[in-house]
Amino acid sequence: MAAAGFDLEGRYALHPQVAVRPEPFGALLYHFGTRRLSFLKDPRLLAVVRGLSEAPSARAACTAAGVGEPDLPKFAAALATLADTQMLEAS
Amino acid sequence: MRLVEQFERGLDAPICLTWELTYACNLACAHCLSSSGRRDPRELSTVEAKAVIDELERMQVFYVNIGGGEPTVRPDFWELVDYATAHRVGVKFSTNGVKISPAVADRLAASDYVDVQISLDGATAEVNDAVRGTGSFATAIRAMDNLHAAGMRGFKISVVCTRHNIPQLDQFKALADRYGAQLRLTRLRPSGRGADTWDELHPLPGQQRELYDWLVAHGEGVLTGDSFFHLAAYGSALPGLNLCGAGRVVCLIDPVGDVYACPFAIHDTFLAGNVRTAGFQAVWQTSELFRSLREPQSAGACGSCGAYDACRGGCMAAKFFTGLPLDGPDPECVIGHGAAALSTVDPLAAPRPTGDHSHTGGVRGGPVPVTIGRRRPPDRACDENPVAGLVPAGAG
Repeated sequence: MAAAGFDLEGRYALHPQVAVRPEPFGALLYHFGTRRLSFLKDPRLLAVVRGLSEAPSARAACTAAGVGEPDLPKFAAALATLADTQMLEAS
Repeated sequence: MRLVEQFERGLDAPICLTWELTYACNLACAHCLSSSGRRDPRELSTVEAKAVIDELERMQVFYVNIGGGEPTVRPDFWELVDYATAHRVGVKFSTNGVKISPAVADRLAASDYVDVQISLDGATAEVNDAVRGTGSFATAIRAMDNLHAAGMRGFKISVVCTRHNIPQLDQFKALADRYGAQLRLTRLRPSGRGADTWDELHPLPGQQRELYDWLVAHGEGVLTGDSFFHLAAYGSALPGLNLCGAGRVVCLIDPVGDVYACPFAIHDTFLAGNVRTAGFQAVWQTSELFRSLREPQSAGACGSCGAYDACRGGCMAAKFFTGLPLDGPDPECVIGHGAAALSTVDPLAAPRPTGDHSHTGGVRGGPVPVTIGRRRPPDRACDENPVAGLVPAGAG
């Protein structure tokens, strides 16, 4: 059950204009094009985001980052928000 | 731990910071937070400024808010902007528009890494120029016309909210919409020359409610620089972090390299160090002042107030420069505790902002002081005014 408009089976990557800064709580993301700042509030989400471009699907990136089945909807929702704000793009 | 609590304990690097490149300015705004006017001969050189940018890149500071003074009057302004963006440090700069010619606008429109904020404190020339000086409204409009013609969209119109322009909020929004720009409203602080004009300019109590309701109605479509968190005591929080980020997630580097906790706190009490002596990273990470700001803060007199969790006691700089204790209510506390506290302090005993680079004779068309200002220090031989063709008005 992914959020609307986000396909867990799809391939995604960080937008090339997005910079990532790891923080104890997760990470800060900044998009130089939209000039928006986002917060990743979970270190596992940072691992997912970083693994996206190498993974065959968003679901696979979640699995590789140690996200279990029960947590998948929460991570899918977070990824959907990042896609909505152009932090991620389909690849 | 909630994200806000993480931020209150400070980050290894600021999320963003304000960097005032020069105290020189062609205007003499009545509420200037940095008492700008004349260049300071000790201002960072081009080489020193680039070294700061190198550090910001290493620390992964995503962007800097460049201001002044009027930053574009620095001869190396564009060189520094190019250097920053080439090093993945984005730039937002605030300007009164004096240098935004059609050619400059073209250049800005072509860059993804530079954003512009045009300062405007009235939606009409009458209201704006009373605070920013005669002709300043026309200058800003010309700059926005040039940006618009160049195809630049989403630039910011930055408004400091006063009792004279709060009735114009809808007009500001219409102006921004017309230019495809985004409106940014920020809070007036009693900082710099604002200390002398605060009593005449700060919003009246009823206007604070009007502003809050307007901001709630417009949501994330209007930027606030997170500056109105004291209004959260009215009810729900406004969009943003709603915390005082001073020394925790933001700070100020002033033109001579001094690092202050926030742009509104130019006073020795909030001076953390200087980039020349220690480098920015060492100041940010190890200064005693910043360490203390990252400790849990006492709610003090506000501890028994049910709204404290919402407003967090308000703005440190606003309290400081109105003579209020830092662990007490904000002078504009919406519940009224600030007014009560102010009635017990001697306004003449309030701390004065450190440093004053105001034009000694004012500028032509400058705002007429509404209060009797403090005596300015005498002109010195080393004073330099880089604004060519500027004729100071008589001191009378």
